Amino acid sequence: MEKTSPNAFIRILNAFIVAVVLLIFYIAWTHVTIVGNWVVIFITAFLVSLIFVQASELPKVTVKKVVYSVIYIFYLFIAIVQSNFDVARRVIQPHIPINPGIVKVKTRLKSKIGRMILANSITLTPGTLSVEVKDDYYYIHWIDVTDMDVEGATEKIVAGFEKYLEVIFG
Amino acid sequence: MEALRLFGAIVALIGSLFLFLGALGILRMPDLYNRMQTGTKSTTLGSILTLLGIGLYHTDWFLQTFILVAFLVTTNPLSSHALARAAHFAGIPLTKKTVRDRLAEDEALEAEKAEEEADND
Repeated sequence: MEKTSPNAFIRILNAFIVAVVLLIFYIAWTHVTIVGNWVVIFITAFLVSLIFVQASELPKVTVKKVVYSVIYIFYLFIAIVQSNFDVARRVIQPHIPINPGIVKVKTRLKSKIGRMILANSITLTPGTLSVEVKDDYYYIHWIDVTDMDVEGATEKIVAGFEKYLEVIFG
Repeated sequence: MEALRLFGAIVALIGSLFLFLGALGILRMPDLYNRMQTGTKSTTLGSILTLLGIGLYHTDWFLQTFILVAFLVTTNPLSSHALARAAHFAGIPLTKKTVRDRLAEDEALEAEKAEEEADND
């Protein structure tokens, strides 16, 4: 029993956090201002999330990580806007200027969630699309291949995102 | 208030322009992977701007449209990646313009290795 007690505590803590987030989503979505309603939703969310949460400790939140996360969101948005214009420019030209291919890039990130977010960020910016992940390597379909070797492609596609994600997730 | 509504309408209009270009891309691109580049993802910005434009026009809805944007941004790349991966494994060919296919090369290498090992045994 003594061994399981810290685990149980972490589970309850995680479920509590999930319930708070769900409650915020509920309020934002429905605009309900009745406090009794919030209490019922919170208890329900807490009980349901208690079944599903894992007893994994949350990563430490530092000021640097929060700042980098905010910068990352802006950086990602700017990248999305830029590449959208780039793809739009290609589409409207009479003779489509594309030079497609699948390149291989390497990532330095260690954590699983960091890698997932990196792969999703690559996919989210048009012009690059992650096709497969194997070990440390991503295979990326690139609409305009300018660098075929691993290092060059890594520098052009991944490096910008990696700089921030490395600090946030390690 | 009127200015905000006008701004929202303009943002939604720009969004729909990107959605149109995405649709045009599906028609014009030569193969599945390039079509996905425009068809599933050039629409990312289009959908974001359209939703945010509606949110600015009807300010009551802004939080809802913002949540929709958040879910769109987190789920869109997952489905594109799953589609592209499945397409590559199903052996759908790339266009003739393709310069290089590292994934197919590496898979061929691995298959060769496996064959050699099987021969050695």
